[in-house]
Amino acid sequence: MSKSQKFGPPLNPRGRRLEAKDLESITHVRAKVPVKYAWAAGTAMSRFLEELKNGRIIGRKCARCDRVLVPPRMFCERCFQPTTEWVYLPGTGVVETFSVSYIDTNANRIKEPILVGTVAFDGAPPHCGIMHYFGEVSPEELKIGMPVEPVWKPKEERVGSVLDIKYFRPRKK
Amino acid sequence: MNFSKIRKDVAVVGAGMTIFARRLQETGKEMSWEAARMALDEAGLTLNDIDAVIMGSAPDAFDGVHKKGEYLLDGAGGTNKPYMRVYTGGGTAVFAPIAGWWHVASGMFKRVLVVCEEKMSSVQPHAQSAFAHIWDPILDRPLKPNLVWIFAMEMQRYMYKYNVRYEDIALVAVKNKRNAVGHPCAQLADPNITLEDVINSEPMALPVRRLDISPPSDGASAIVLVSEDVAYEHTDTPVWIDGVGWCLDTTMWTNRDLAFPKFLARAARMAYEMAGIKNPRKEIDFAEPYDPFDYKELQHLEGLLLAEPGEAAIMTREGKTQRDGEFPVCPSGGLLGVGNPIAATLGIKIGEVYWQLARKAGPRQVKKDVRTGVAQAWGDLMQFSAVIVMRRR
Repeated sequence: MSKSQKFGPPLNPRGRRLEAKDLESITHVRAKVPVKYAWAAGTAMSRFLEELKNGRIIGRKCARCDRVLVPPRMFCERCFQPTTEWVYLPGTGVVETFSVSYIDTNANRIKEPILVGTVAFDGAPPHCGIMHYFGEVSPEELKIGMPVEPVWKPKEERVGSVLDIKYFRPRKK
Repeated sequence: MNFSKIRKDVAVVGAGMTIFARRLQETGKEMSWEAARMALDEAGLTLNDIDAVIMGSAPDAFDGVHKKGEYLLDGAGGTNKPYMRVYTGGGTAVFAPIAGWWHVASGMFKRVLVVCEEKMSSVQPHAQSAFAHIWDPILDRPLKPNLVWIFAMEMQRYMYKYNVRYEDIALVAVKNKRNAVGHPCAQLADPNITLEDVINSEPMALPVRRLDISPPSDGASAIVLVSEDVAYEHTDTPVWIDGVGWCLDTTMWTNRDLAFPKFLARAARMAYEMAGIKNPRKEIDFAEPYDPFDYKELQHLEGLLLAEPGEAAIMTREGKTQRDGEFPVCPSGGLLGVGNPIAATLGIKIGEVYWQLARKAGPRQVKKDVRTGVAQAWGDLMQFSAVIVMRRR
């Protein structure tokens, strides 16, 4: 067996960069993949979505570690025990973190930035909450730790979706 | 964990890596073949010598085909051999070699080929539309998220909690894009890039700007792993995998403090214990942490217990993490400089630690005499890390 290192990568990688004339000879087959889904929300999340319709945030308590899990689940992933109790939360919280986004979901540039982040709910363990938008606040004013409250859609427009909350805004004193 | 049950020491004896770029001409299979062939050539082996093959590749959605493992099989050299695909998102780059390691360490196989491939350019118009499918369908997707958001939120939290300045984070991008100048596969090497270029690059999802992010890319990488029984038949400079670790935190990412990657610290402790490392800061000479974003290099150095939380930014500012500094970090140029074809970054992480320790890194060779290096990758829904400690004996 040869012990010499004839090829010695990484000095000689394979492949080459495209040149303009290459583009004429490249063949592609184009396709769309149309697939539809109906995702089950699950036992715990179905109740969570139902309660959003009522303008309420609900969590699920683990009797063993005493955590209130939000978003709720029917079992505690740490204790690996069933959760036992539904707990209503006030819905208020603090900004856990945020971003001022100048790109949309498809990476298109947008002029008016989206203010997005996570809210850590009051009544839940530290850092526990959901992702959502922020509104009625400028990018400069938005800060980690800022107390916020949900702004709900009118009751008749709620459908049992995380979008039943329009956004979170700074909490009025 | 009972490390005494591990039967065989495992060495890297060859590595290969294709150019990272928008590879419109080649299929994933063709790129896999190029990388696999290079790794075999360096090890002085043919495919007949290989007992088993591991394939690493990230979401099927990039290719629009399912069973991507089988799709890439022929290119990876897996035909008619024990073969498996592993996938842990971005973490695949270091997790696939761990899968290769246990094949050999178990004593079942003497010579294993690990191939990692990614072709992100197939999905139109941008890989971002495939990334959309990693979010939770009930809670997250109705908000029409962009994957960059998650990094922006994590970066913001990191800066807030540990009082880290954006300017120090941006220095990582400058360092890595400059380091990549010596890398023949590099996509975004820039010898003249300045801190101002990064700070003034266009805002994406603030605090993340264009030059804080590694580019999507196409490419493949491969390594050959062999048992201690045959390592010296193939090379005078085997590089040993002395420790491996991996760990995932909960998928409920909005239930975690994003500032510190605890799952990584767990994975690192596992790898260090196995490698007999008690004081990682003293016993490890250089690192290739996963750097898809500049702040990730800092956060990962801290998760690897190579810096206190917030300290990696200061090390960067003081120049300690430069290639000729006292603790070189990402001498390859990293994902920021070489490119980010997700799983194929195997070549930047494990490949680079191998080439550095075997003193084959050419113009990228770090100045100090390095004997122990650590590589790490991170992935899934920002909850997974894999760590490998490698040594020259």
